[in-house]
Amino acid sequence: MSSTSLLEVQIPEDRFEIRLSGSGGQGLVLAAMLLAEAIGADPTKSVIQTKSYGPEARGGASKSDVVVSTGEIYYQKALKLDLLLAMTQESLNKYYPDLKQGGTLVIDDTLVSKVPTEDYYGLSFTRIAKDELKNVMVANVISLGAIAAITDVVPLDALLTAVLARAPRGTEEVNRIAVETGYQEGLALKQKKGQPATV
Amino acid sequence: MPPGKRQLVMGNMACMRGAIYAGMRFYAGYPITPSTEIAEGCARELPKLGGRFIQMEDEIASISAVIGAAVAGSKAMTATSGPGYSLMQENIGYAYMIEAPCVVVNVQRGGPSTGLPTKVSQSDTMQVRWGTHGDYTAIAVAPSTVEDTFTETIRAFNLAERFRTPVTILLDEVIGHMQEMVSFPEPGECEVVDRTRPTCVPSAYMAYGPTKNCVNPMPVYGQGYRWYATGLTHDGYGFPTDKPDEVVGKLDKLRNKIEHYESEICKVRAEYMDDAEIVLVSYGSVSRTALQVAKLARGAGVKVGFIQLQTVWPFPLKQLRELLGNAKHVIVAELNMGQIVGEVERIVQSGTRVHSLLRYDGDIFTPMQFLAKIEEVRK
Repeated sequence: MSSTSLLEVQIPEDRFEIRLSGSGGQGLVLAAMLLAEAIGADPTKSVIQTKSYGPEARGGASKSDVVVSTGEIYYQKALKLDLLLAMTQESLNKYYPDLKQGGTLVIDDTLVSKVPTEDYYGLSFTRIAKDELKNVMVANVISLGAIAAITDVVPLDALLTAVLARAPRGTEEVNRIAVETGYQEGLALKQKKGQPATV
Repeated sequence: MPPGKRQLVMGNMACMRGAIYAGMRFYAGYPITPSTEIAEGCARELPKLGGRFIQMEDEIASISAVIGAAVAGSKAMTATSGPGYSLMQENIGYAYMIEAPCVVVNVQRGGPSTGLPTKVSQSDTMQVRWGTHGDYTAIAVAPSTVEDTFTETIRAFNLAERFRTPVTILLDEVIGHMQEMVSFPEPGECEVVDRTRPTCVPSAYMAYGPTKNCVNPMPVYGQGYRWYATGLTHDGYGFPTDKPDEVVGKLDKLRNKIEHYESEICKVRAEYMDDAEIVLVSYGSVSRTALQVAKLARGAGVKVGFIQLQTVWPFPLKQLRELLGNAKHVIVAELNMGQIVGEVERIVQSGTRVHSLLRYDGDIFTPMQFLAKIEEVRK
């Protein structure tokens, strides 16, 4: 038999791995589903969404992984994250070690205060949802809009279509505004980050 | 959700869709994580099709209603997880005995008892085979993807109808809750089997009379055919008996109607098996990663093969004996403390060593865990 050690075999990184994490009740599993649906609308993309949560109805750690590939997806969950959204301090602490070097970190700075890196995108999803949109429940959708702006994993129009297709009747408008607000905030932050530091 | 359209679908919903495609029009159940979406889907879809959804008071009532519906002529299903599956056991035995075709879905979570409601497990594999008391032969299928879940659910109904027996669909939390992009087949694309009906005059009907293939035609209740359904060991008319030849005849029939048709029931997927020296045997959600690992190992020049048990029960004896004939090592990977590995040990030849790769902490194997196990075995 060959002497190659299988421990040195590289797991192909022909996939983009996303984890949306936070606390039960923040709507992260739903957000991951909307994101998967928006990404999967592109017929060249395979996508799998899985979830992990506790037995509690609210509270407790909650996460949902979305794996995207142009080929077949075997292992169903994320291994090394290309993108981590952390909506609570606890989830950031727990999943930051899974973020790939050079991976994108997005946090809700309403609820996260200690970030172990300088290289991250901090937006106040929960505060914007509560104060500006008067609906704390759309913080998850705002974060999706920001993700569409910060990364190129999902086009804005596909995201809007997916969100509006699932929005309960009467909430279409607030959801549309949530996506667009998140997108604008994300875009502004990206541009700011992209500028060289002034002396 | 129209057929043909590519859409994001959850494993549990694919199970519900597959059941409806197969003609299921009666669902009785009691919600339990991680199976609840199946009940939710049935509650939403069945009334539109003239079907019936009933939320029962518990799982004992659920399986009872399903058996009643099956006997009344309907294709019926219930879905649950470990704790509910335990409660159903007595009546699943009744369904074996009266030969009621029905489908029971077990979306497995960690046990024993209420265990890990939201975490994956494959620890009910043996309960599916031996859960109810007495001698009987069980059929269980184990899908590994969302698409598979749809087609294997149809197959489960076909087997139930063909052999007049309860069939279990072994799902797990990962497949049940996972969402993938799939497009469902159009009506007519997949074969759908219905139980045979008696053609004799009602007065000549024997519910459990002599047959060529051990499976009796089954009338719809209320169409004039009389038969007696009892959990007591019964004669050709269904009446209780303790005559030794009739007792042996009944029990042999329950076994033979399945064992004699193993090749029709057992489905195994084999890849990279031609010259395989180390073979990975798995079923359910584990198989996806196992297939990737076999591919990776082959890429590194290591002769690893892949076997997926799409039918877990009856255990595919003949196919596995043949496939594993030249293997030096077999690694059986399961999300439990070692259940199907015993079946593999019983059938391999003396030159083959059987190893277990086990995980029971509520998560699935990573590719690295497989690769490390193969390395350990190679040393």
